[in-house]
Amino acid sequence: MDDKVVIAKRVALELRGGNLVNLGIGLPTTVARYLPAGITVHFQSENGIIGMQPVPEAGLENEFLTDAGGGPIGAVAGSAAFDSCMSFGLIRGGHLDVTVLGGLQVDELGQLANWMVPGKMVPGMGGAMDLVSGARRVIVAMTHTAKGEPKVLKRCTLPLTSVRRIDLLVTELAVIEPTEAGLLLREVAPGVTTDQVIAATGAKLIVPDNVAEMAIGL
Amino acid sequence: MSKAINVSKAVELIPDGASVMIGGFMGVGSPHRLIAELVLQNRRDLTVIANDTARPGLGIGQLIDAKLVKRLIVTHIGTNPETQRQMIAREIDVELVPQGTLAERIRAGGFGLGGVLTPTGVGTVVADGKRIIEIDDQSFLLELPIKADFALIACWRADYSGNLDYALTARNFNPVMAPAGATVIAEPSEIVPIGVIPPDDVVTPHVLVDHIIEKGRSNGR
Repeated sequence: MDDKVVIAKRVALELRGGNLVNLGIGLPTTVARYLPAGITVHFQSENGIIGMQPVPEAGLENEFLTDAGGGPIGAVAGSAAFDSCMSFGLIRGGHLDVTVLGGLQVDELGQLANWMVPGKMVPGMGGAMDLVSGARRVIVAMTHTAKGEPKVLKRCTLPLTSVRRIDLLVTELAVIEPTEAGLLLREVAPGVTTDQVIAATGAKLIVPDNVAEMAIGL
Repeated sequence: MSKAINVSKAVELIPDGASVMIGGFMGVGSPHRLIAELVLQNRRDLTVIANDTARPGLGIGQLIDAKLVKRLIVTHIGTNPETQRQMIAREIDVELVPQGTLAERIRAGGFGLGGVLTPTGVGTVVADGKRIIEIDDQSFLLELPIKADFALIACWRADYSGNLDYALTARNFNPVMAPAGATVIAEPSEIVPIGVIPPDDVVTPHVLVDHIIEKGRSNGR
């Protein structure tokens, strides 16, 4: 299974029926494909809609119905559209149950850096700072390493997105829960050993005696 | 009395060096004809307040392409390499603002508030130089209001008095910006007779809107 599919499938298991969920651009967006059967969640797009879904079929696009990347989307019956103040009021005000974002680095404090690489890439934070500060549950979905270098570190070296401790980190190797005591290794991907996770991690991991395997049904 | 004017006359009101709020999110819900006319009339040294600069050739990206922008207050420029290039070359001064903070700063500007307190950005580089205010043991950043000389907004329908409604995700920053522009120019997809938009459906009331852009003759109206 492709690394990104492993991550998306595992993140999907975190969503509960009735949740208001915001998926970031890129890998997080693909989580919607793997929702467990029978679960209905409400997807928010921060440009101003709850109820986004893929365009039902080619030809049904609408120029005024788009995702945060400007691409065409559909809207479920019962969708609601609103302005940017409402959209971020929902995010900041504790009304958003889950946000799933990509990451550049996560550290032992559970802090996330995901919006700039000084001198190299300055895309801007967009909605990320509000999402990480305000969502009830913050899940980071990212590859465990980049070009062989660990992305889970003692301390983030890149500018932080928020000082808030994220709730869960899901990579192609592991599920890690940042806690007050440190980074707790919760699960490993099928076929991955705890030693492999430790070797790919640049931070101290708390490793319980029994680490479960991700229940992603290979 | 009709507030409808020709797009070229509307842009003639905007001087070089003006501060301009422009609605839209990745070009969706941006006033595309006003933007094209700003390029045509070569309005320079603009301060642009917007969510993003879309892409080269699209929406606000056209102002960047034409090098008409001196200062930019936005949340995201990752989709526009030309904006990043001009920023790195110091041809353009960019202030990056968290999206929810930008919306609330503009709202504060339009609604007479002295600022807003937000938890977003506390402990990050966004907090540099800003006052931290503690309320009930929680830290907030004091973020200051933003106003502009002009708000250029896109809407779905306008009636001739300037009542506006909006379509789906093309709404975004547009109704937030309308109160914060000293002069507000709205570009509707269509203009309808007064009374066609039911009062409950009016999002931006006519008193906020100074001008609405009429359609050109070329499109059959």
